[in-house]
Amino acid sequence: MATFDFLLQGLLVAAQPMNLLYALIGVTLGTAVGVLPGIGPALTVALLLPVTYRLDPGGSLIMFAGIYYGGMYGGSTTSILLNTPGESASIVTALEGNKMARAGRGGPALATAAIGSFVAGLIATLGLAFIAPYIVKLALVFGPREYFALMVLAFVTVSSAFGDSTLRGLTSLFVGLALAVVGIDQLTGQARLSFGVPELLDGIEVTTLAVAMFAIGETLFIAAQGDKGPDKVEAVRGSVWMSAADWARSWKAWLRGTVIGFPIGAMPAGGAEIGTFLSYATEKRLTKHPEEFGNGAIEGVAGPEAANNASAAGTLVPLLTLGLPTTATAAIMLAGFQQYGLQPGPLLFATNPQLVWGLIASLLIANFMLLVLNLPLIGLWVKLLTIPKPWLYAGILLFATLGTIGANPSVYELGMLLAFGLLGYAMRVFGYPIAPVVVGLILGPLAEQQLRRALSISQGDITVLFTSPIAAVLLVIAAAALIVPLILRARGRGEVLAQLAASED
Amino acid sequence: MKHFFLATILAGAMALPAFAADYTIIAPANPGGGWDQTARSLQTVMQQEGISGNVQVQNVPGAGGTIGLAQFASQQKGNPNALIVGGYVMVGAILTNKSPVTLKDVTPIARLTGEYEAVVVPAASEIKTMGDLVEALKKDPGAVSWAGGSAGGTDHIAVGLIAKAAGVDPTKINYIAYSGGGEALAAILGSQVTAGVSGYGEFESQIKAGTLRLLAVSGPERIAGVDAPTLKEAGVDVVVENWRMVAAAPGLTDEQKAAVSADIEKLAKSAGWQEVLKTKGWQDSYLAGDAFNAQLEKDVAATEGVLKDIGLVK
Repeated sequence: MATFDFLLQGLLVAAQPMNLLYALIGVTLGTAVGVLPGIGPALTVALLLPVTYRLDPGGSLIMFAGIYYGGMYGGSTTSILLNTPGESASIVTALEGNKMARAGRGGPALATAAIGSFVAGLIATLGLAFIAPYIVKLALVFGPREYFALMVLAFVTVSSAFGDSTLRGLTSLFVGLALAVVGIDQLTGQARLSFGVPELLDGIEVTTLAVAMFAIGETLFIAAQGDKGPDKVEAVRGSVWMSAADWARSWKAWLRGTVIGFPIGAMPAGGAEIGTFLSYATEKRLTKHPEEFGNGAIEGVAGPEAANNASAAGTLVPLLTLGLPTTATAAIMLAGFQQYGLQPGPLLFATNPQLVWGLIASLLIANFMLLVLNLPLIGLWVKLLTIPKPWLYAGILLFATLGTIGANPSVYELGMLLAFGLLGYAMRVFGYPIAPVVVGLILGPLAEQQLRRALSISQGDITVLFTSPIAAVLLVIAAAALIVPLILRARGRGEVLAQLAASED
Repeated sequence: MKHFFLATILAGAMALPAFAADYTIIAPANPGGGWDQTARSLQTVMQQEGISGNVQVQNVPGAGGTIGLAQFASQQKGNPNALIVGGYVMVGAILTNKSPVTLKDVTPIARLTGEYEAVVVPAASEIKTMGDLVEALKKDPGAVSWAGGSAGGTDHIAVGLIAKAAGVDPTKINYIAYSGGGEALAAILGSQVTAGVSGYGEFESQIKAGTLRLLAVSGPERIAGVDAPTLKEAGVDVVVENWRMVAAAPGLTDEQKAAVSADIEKLAKSAGWQEVLKTKGWQDSYLAGDAFNAQLEKDVAATEGVLKDIGLVK
């Protein structure tokens, strides 16, 4: 079979000692830069891509794959240890991961993230190799109405991340939706809620909001508590490695996360965050330990991290098969590919098989290197938590500010970071969950644009939203997710649900 | 110089050789579209030809490039190493959006490329010719949905002109704006819309692969080696050319402006750039200095007339 021959050949090239070294360097650089909050994989790849130009095509392709996967992975470490998501796709990881870290289980949290990323990356890369042409057909079926239905489903399911009070959760969500309206409307080009400030014309950056709400808000909250802070951070309790129970609870979450993340990453308007939201909601519904959700459930780290990395590979599907870069990261990669004479497009697999399979082999090697690099480092990372609190939080403040200025050196950006930090602090004090604000900012514009496009195409006929089979199925699932808990509650099983919806913050 | 700080740290840490001018190019559209392709081609050729050792491209998408333009004008003021890609689409968008920032607020350097618009339908579409499409449009203008770039851009203007030439009220067209050609391409490939209008280069690989059917191109003559009539030949009296330019930041000294202009001239004359023009199917429309400024003013006035004509600007 030609497919296997090409893959095997690619793996042989990638496994040469020199190339393994390049992979290791790429992964290390990618992880190191990806760890900085506010600096997502797109920026990481953009910053490091020029480094690869100096190598031969094989070596640079491999180092480049390492940077890509390293950058995708790097964000999770700070999410878990410092409650500071490095990028929007690791926001969900912070919810449970940081709770685990504070309970002395930072080691297993990091391990399940690393191994989950590896498993998801492995499966999704193989998926990229063998089923990309089919997945891309599925992705193209998704038009505005299907995307809108997917957004409705995402809104309904992420409500499980809303904490114990639906009203408070919805309040937070609507704060996020209101912030999402700021800026120029994409469909008509009119400015909304920008108050004549040009800096607001391009809206509010998701990473700025996330870093502000999580990191700055948290720091202020801790500082305001002074010495009375109740939670004594215990750096390590038990083993830094995953126990048998951790493994048993993680592996299914990894697989489910992969299955959710890969196709959503492949959709032209999908995005890694939506996969992580859906994965978190799925794990929360399926878990046998509902009481742990909100207090550090390992599934809540394993699933979203797997989804995150699977969607990273999914992004390559439309890029390689259609020449369609669907994310900023993919666009920068396109520039990278062009350096090697690779012209992504519908004919790529036919005209350039060696390069495509070389790239896929490189991704597999990089994925493996990521595991090799990160597992031994876990012991070192968790030591971060033993740093005295004042120093640790001063450091978080510094990195959060540095990352934001690094990504967008503007006074307004810094002002927004501080203002949203204060908002995050106030919401913590009054017991409002903060994740829904970020969720609203991410999903709001997507839902709005797709709804308006769908209605525009149908000339205002609302029934079009339900007549597509895919959209109808998604909406039915969303309705079920909304109604079934109500019925359960009505039948007197509310206690279970109250536990299910344990405090997230 | 968006990532100047980090780039400096990284460059220092990895002991990369220092370069004279490290340009940052803003592509004011989503990845995959025409401006993005132009910016990334500039990046490649500038590095290849040794004009600049380290060029970064940054996407600031939305609203016909006016978001990127506004950000560029305010944040890069006086920065001689920042460039922005723009063009005809931006001229239209500034008018339709009543953008507070216009091309007068940056320093236009040179017009670089021209590209003809292509009208396409999905391969499975019942519409076989431009005539079929015009027929459908005449029957019910609202039932024909067109995907293209930002509201008020070249693609939108082209659709308005086609409607007008076909005797259909241009204000009745059902135009679905996407923030870039890449995103519109996915919608056309997925048969979400009736037809698509964007630069020929953005559809080229799909047309060659047979997944899109090319109905017509918008130039005065056919594109060499492409089997499709011009709009004029198809009975629609419309010629549209989407030109693209590069501009520098506002508030530059004359020396700084001259230095940037010299770099761009060197680029435009280089063999590497000519090669890019050939592979991307772009026309070489290099025009710089006062001649470009005069032409730009003429284009802005003409565009305003067209937009008013088709009801996009009141």
